[in-house]
Amino acid sequence: MIPHPAPETGPILGKLSLEALPLHEPILVATFIGVVLGGIAVLGLITKFRLWGTLWTEWFTTVDHKRIGIMYMILGLIMFLRGFADAIMMRLQQAMAFGGSEGYLTPHHYDQVFTAHGVIMIFFVAMPFITGLMNYVVPLQIGARDVSFPFLNNFSFWMTTAGAVLTMISLFIGEYAQTGWLAYPPLSGIAYSPNVGVDYYIWGLQIAGVGTTLSGINLVVTILKLRAPGMGLMKMPVFTWTSLCANILIVASFPILTATLVLLSLDRYVGTNFFTNDLGGSPMMYVNLIWIWGHPEVYILVLPLFGVFSEVTSTFSGKRLFGYTSMVYATICITILSYLVWLHHFFTMGSGASVNSFFGITTMVISIPTGAKLFNWLFTMYRGRIRFELPMMWTVAFMLTFVIGGMTGVLLAVPPADFVLHNSLFLIAHFHNVIIGGVLFGLFAAINYWWPKAFGYKLDVFWGKISFWCWVVGFWVAFTPLYILGLMGVTRRMRVFDDPSLQIWFVIAGIGALIVAAGIGAMLVQFAVSIWRRKELRDTTGGDPWEGRTLEWATSSPPPDYNFAFTPVIHDLDAWYDMKTRGAQRPVDGYRDIHMPSNTGTGMILSGFCLVMGFALVWHIWWLVALSFAATIVGAIYHTFNYKRDFDIPAATVAAVEEARTRQLAAGA
Amino acid sequence: MPSNLPRFSARLRLLPLLAALPLLSGCGLIVLDPAGDVARQQGDLIVLSTVLMLLIIVPVMALTIFFAWKYRASNKEATYKPDWDHSTQLELVIWSAPLLIIICLGAVTWVATHLLDPYRPLARTAPGQPVAAEVQLLDVQVVALDWKWLFIYPEQGVATVNELALPVNRPVRFRISSSSVMNSFYVPALAGQIYAMPGMETKLHGVFDKTGEYEGFSANYSGWGFSNMRFAVKSLPAGEFDQWVAATKASAEGDLSRAEYLKLEKPTHKEPVRRFAASDPQLFDAVVNMCVEPGKMCMHDMMSLDAAGGAGIAGIGNVRQVAYDKFAARGTVDAARWSMRYVAAYCSAPVMSNDRPDAKPVAPEMLKGEGLPVPARPERTALTAPAARPMS
Repeated sequence: MIPHPAPETGPILGKLSLEALPLHEPILVATFIGVVLGGIAVLGLITKFRLWGTLWTEWFTTVDHKRIGIMYMILGLIMFLRGFADAIMMRLQQAMAFGGSEGYLTPHHYDQVFTAHGVIMIFFVAMPFITGLMNYVVPLQIGARDVSFPFLNNFSFWMTTAGAVLTMISLFIGEYAQTGWLAYPPLSGIAYSPNVGVDYYIWGLQIAGVGTTLSGINLVVTILKLRAPGMGLMKMPVFTWTSLCANILIVASFPILTATLVLLSLDRYVGTNFFTNDLGGSPMMYVNLIWIWGHPEVYILVLPLFGVFSEVTSTFSGKRLFGYTSMVYATICITILSYLVWLHHFFTMGSGASVNSFFGITTMVISIPTGAKLFNWLFTMYRGRIRFELPMMWTVAFMLTFVIGGMTGVLLAVPPADFVLHNSLFLIAHFHNVIIGGVLFGLFAAINYWWPKAFGYKLDVFWGKISFWCWVVGFWVAFTPLYILGLMGVTRRMRVFDDPSLQIWFVIAGIGALIVAAGIGAMLVQFAVSIWRRKELRDTTGGDPWEGRTLEWATSSPPPDYNFAFTPVIHDLDAWYDMKTRGAQRPVDGYRDIHMPSNTGTGMILSGFCLVMGFALVWHIWWLVALSFAATIVGAIYHTFNYKRDFDIPAATVAAVEEARTRQLAAGA
Repeated sequence: MPSNLPRFSARLRLLPLLAALPLLSGCGLIVLDPAGDVARQQGDLIVLSTVLMLLIIVPVMALTIFFAWKYRASNKEATYKPDWDHSTQLELVIWSAPLLIIICLGAVTWVATHLLDPYRPLARTAPGQPVAAEVQLLDVQVVALDWKWLFIYPEQGVATVNELALPVNRPVRFRISSSSVMNSFYVPALAGQIYAMPGMETKLHGVFDKTGEYEGFSANYSGWGFSNMRFAVKSLPAGEFDQWVAATKASAEGDLSRAEYLKLEKPTHKEPVRRFAASDPQLFDAVVNMCVEPGKMCMHDMMSLDAAGGAGIAGIGNVRQVAYDKFAARGTVDAARWSMRYVAAYCSAPVMSNDRPDAKPVAPEMLKGEGLPVPARPERTALTAPAARPMS
């Protein structure tokens, strides 16, 4: 009945044995067979079309921020499908398990599903998506050739991927944590989680966290140091501003997560007592620390998307952004305030009324700059000429959805209200309301907006609209019942329910999830159809299909490896719009060699070592830990002796590329 | 000011924007329509805050739709000003409108948070019904176990598992702790929730003003058997409560001794209602101090040792008797057995020599064998006072 005890540790395989394979779980066995068959099919196709070489030389080893950005987006998409499968499983279980029915998931399985859903959606879906987006767009928006540290960028991507892979391995070897996505001790301590689930959690996040922190540093430096001449801080596009703030938050908060997880691992591996019940440990300390990271994390996710909405609203309203300066200061306010609110995640832990009020009120204060932003978008639309292309549709859907999520968020910030709503399904509905309504809708706006830049053709509108409506309707059908259930006092993470009158709401929520599933399906079809019909959908404007305003639209689609043949000089906020209205001419001669970084496989190899080390740490295979750790260090040192790290694109090549573009522009005009 | 808040919000409840809510009341929105004064004020606060925010949310949503429609590209009639991007007056409005709402809401929050602080003894049992000076709080000690709830009534001398009965209109003070992991003690009809944490004590005050049968549960995920960690809550008229106590005593399956508690603590789920006589007045304190097991040192004793500078090197040899669940989850090993090999603890503050803080305790008679009764607490010396208690 109680979960099985920890296995014995052997010298060769550590805790690993055949028992670790979940052969008794038919769902997992079927999934495994599906993954294997799918994997064989994909690998077979790659081999058949002889793509291995291309993949390795042009993608896996690339240091080009554009390709790395695209790889991040693909990682996010794949993990999104996994995370969503978890969501569907939960919805199904909760719709079934009434009146004595146990549903179809055991507690052991169900508890892993909701933990994995949270972890994957935040760390391996939302984070790769926004990192990929910033990676792709920021250097183009500031007129840079690449990010400041191109190799580091490649390494960051592969570390994030290694973390995701380690998390996915837990599906078929061993188990994942059964603790909820933040793994509160003492439940996540060795006494109550003696198996490997929490270790998978820790090492998956630690490895990916290295990637996230490094990419944060990279982008902060890029934005501060590589802006085109003339682009003062107050002439940066808003997306770049919000990216800067988000990356500052990453740099300042991810080390807290890393340190907290290190302390938890010390408790689990070497018997320290930071977060144990006895011997002076304080689980409350963990809860505080994890949320000191966790709350800024929320803004790390949403700030870049606020930038996207600013770009999209301004572009599709054909109008300068209203209140640029107040938008920037609002972003900075949010960045700073996001560090002053963490306690609102646990008003119910027993702090005094003054402490609770302080954190409640600081939380409400954040809604002031956020509200100001919303008004700024509103007044950007005012007296504009709004073209309702897909990105703009997502933006309006965001504005209408997000205000409700914001409102319920402020509601939860009132401590006495939180005492009755904390951990309820109302809370679940609230944060899905802001994360789906804010982060995901923003990502969909961004994908539809910048896809033509990345690939040179627009996304199919018909399937895009189907996806849009399924998502918006599905979201409200899925989460309105959860708001209501929360007001009925139903708490989260429940596997079975007694009260049969609740079932109808869970069934409705399940239907909503299926509508969302249709939206996801339509989106995949949209990608497929667009790739298939790419010739018809080709952007004939030479890189500026939306009448864009910022610098990324000044170059071709997709941009050449070097982004801009000549570094542009900036005179105004909407740099490209400014160039267009002043009739600036594209220079067509005088090209020079362009100095570029070389590709390298080191990032992928080092991350591979780290992945092996993570796996070995999870299973206590100490010889392999030592070996892979040594390999990582030696590999990193060896890489410092790599002197073939840059090359020049000859002026002739640049000239050829640019002449092709001149012809293309002439044909389009 | 504080006492006006609920009345003010009660009036606001009738606002037409919330007219849709009664449609749902048939579905049992217990959070908005509870059976206790505290929960009712919390529910009213939800309504009040929602109304305050809708003052700005509704215009924003309406404007969004209106602007999106009015300034659509196909409407060539609408004004188009592509370079208009600033207006100081508008900026003032868009910053100050949310600011004003938040000032109101912040004031409400400050007052309500202090008024409804779960640690604050109740001043009234219903609007206009202050608690009389002679009314005694009902004390209920709550322990979250894996995966069931233990309720100890020290005044009545009974204890129950998964059943909480309370007399209506009598303020209750819950003292809450846990044996293994974090839970949250929540009876939606009564008074909000607060975490139950091992080695710590939290408090919650509440009162029922309606009789009836309600439900309580853990609102913080606590592992394998969490879903079934539910308990029945009965709000009874005073006379019936006394009958319930008597019936519980009569049907008790035994005395909730420390040994019985250690058995009860073992992880189980879907535990039926169980009833005990409760004769050990120190059981709950022992739970909070993690020293129910024979031979364990109580946390407050350890803390007073630490406050005096700790036992130094001598303390290293004594880790076993302060270990609680470091080596295995509660109830998964026969804890009493492995502590036998060690000298059992000094389960009250020992006398120590004044000149050497790190010296061994100088009262060796305090070091008892396993299973001996706990002696009365000795006089506090300068070294052992004051014993800090967590979260109380």
